[in-house]
Amino acid sequence: MKYSIFSLARAALSGHKSWTRAWRDPAPKSRYDVVIIGGGGHGLATAYFLANEYGIRNVAVLEKGWIGSGNAGRNTTIIRSNYGLPGNTGFYELSMKLWERMEQDLNYNTMVSQRGIINLYHSDAQRDAFARRGNTMRINGIDAELLDAVQIRKELPFLNYDNARFPIMGGLLQRRAGTARHDAVVWGYARAANEGGVDIIQNCEVTGFVRDANGKVTGVETSRGRIGAGKVGMAVAGSSSRVAAMAGLRLPIESHVLQAFVSEAIKPLIPGVITFGAGHFYVSQSDKGGLVFGGDLDGYNSYAQRGNLPVMEDVCEGGMAIMPMIGRVRMLRQWGGIMDMSMDGSPIIDKSPVDGLYLNAGWCYGGFKATPASGLVFAHLLARDEAHPEAALFRLDRFRRGAMIDEKGQGAQPNLH
Amino acid sequence: MRIACPFCGERENGEFTYLGDASPKRPNFAVDGGESPERVEDAFYDYVYLRDNVAGVMREYWYHGGGCRSWLVAERNTVTHEFISVTAAPGAGAASAVRAGE
Repeated sequence: MKYSIFSLARAALSGHKSWTRAWRDPAPKSRYDVVIIGGGGHGLATAYFLANEYGIRNVAVLEKGWIGSGNAGRNTTIIRSNYGLPGNTGFYELSMKLWERMEQDLNYNTMVSQRGIINLYHSDAQRDAFARRGNTMRINGIDAELLDAVQIRKELPFLNYDNARFPIMGGLLQRRAGTARHDAVVWGYARAANEGGVDIIQNCEVTGFVRDANGKVTGVETSRGRIGAGKVGMAVAGSSSRVAAMAGLRLPIESHVLQAFVSEAIKPLIPGVITFGAGHFYVSQSDKGGLVFGGDLDGYNSYAQRGNLPVMEDVCEGGMAIMPMIGRVRMLRQWGGIMDMSMDGSPIIDKSPVDGLYLNAGWCYGGFKATPASGLVFAHLLARDEAHPEAALFRLDRFRRGAMIDEKGQGAQPNLH
Repeated sequence: MRIACPFCGERENGEFTYLGDASPKRPNFAVDGGESPERVEDAFYDYVYLRDNVAGVMREYWYHGGGCRSWLVAERNTVTHEFISVTAAPGAGAASAVRAGE
């Protein structure tokens, strides 16, 4: 069913009882051309692009719980393409362009809202670094504007400009950045993939790989039985090491917990996304009115999906430093998600050393904004057995080759990226 | 999480800094020992980049910067955040706490 103002009006006349389910709930078949492990945004986007761009429709997405129950439901919904290094710049801009047409492509309201992101700077050195990043973006066709404090003050009059240690001197603005509705992204891709013929199989945990005599992966063992596959793609960020271990692989990844927070709902206050450049704090306002904010990783390996108090304190201190009035707002909820922290802070989209098994991993805490491009380039890799041009640098062997994409310049210490 | 430092007692985890998995050991090759460059490269690649990323009990380094400034080795469950043991790290000014074999 195509969603439109007319379908809404028709359903309204029948008391909204005529809506049908948005995707089927099939039993797994015995074999698929491609099996994707992980029914999050990335896995479902991959299936959507396989069916709609690459004509591979005999595809299953296997999800341990319900779709979108992992990091797709635990992020802070920010979309942006303000990256400075080769590899990242073009990839995230590809993603931004896909966000801009997503609602038309999927016929689904994913609430993409391009309200802009401002990265504040607090020193001459940081201004120079942001000017360089902005220039890198602009020569790659991405919008960026370097604002001074007077210009920022017009847009964000409520910030503390005279903090003695970290005065706000200006900011780098990307107007096309913004937020999107995370659940709607998952549901939109699920519905569109389903229409392309993809089987979305929930409550189906992968427990092992089926290998032939040469070691090639030919299927997966699951809690709902054995499923054969021409190719298997992993899109299970947060648990990549655990799934890869079933195929005997060790990855350059550590799993870490990242917390995020939302306040009680207040009237419209924050126009876009704001990031603090002297600590790690970022904030935006959801359409419901809550302030959505976050900061650093807790810093220790974790699979627990919950964090600890010192980081909550640190994040709130960052908020108080740039925006003292945030102290009057009560925190409503807090949660933690498990991040695939790679050794250089950038993702891995590549064939694995095991024949028939493909990796989409290492998203650190930038996975949400990458959802559409991640799906497109991973589908390209699965369909053609070669890297998409915009993902050609996200190789697994780049660590051995010394070809890291280390946007933050922290080296092989994942809890610092 | 609260961490029971063997020198300071139980303290909140904000006093501590995390390094990570204590199991990777820095490769130690003799200079001109006849090792092939590939083998040396493999060993360092493994040490610097690859991790077991344990889901369960893991031995890991913590630094008590907000207290006694000792390096500690903790056994902690990464799924539940439960600490099983915390001891002084070998060579951290606590020779008597050196574990056998290290």
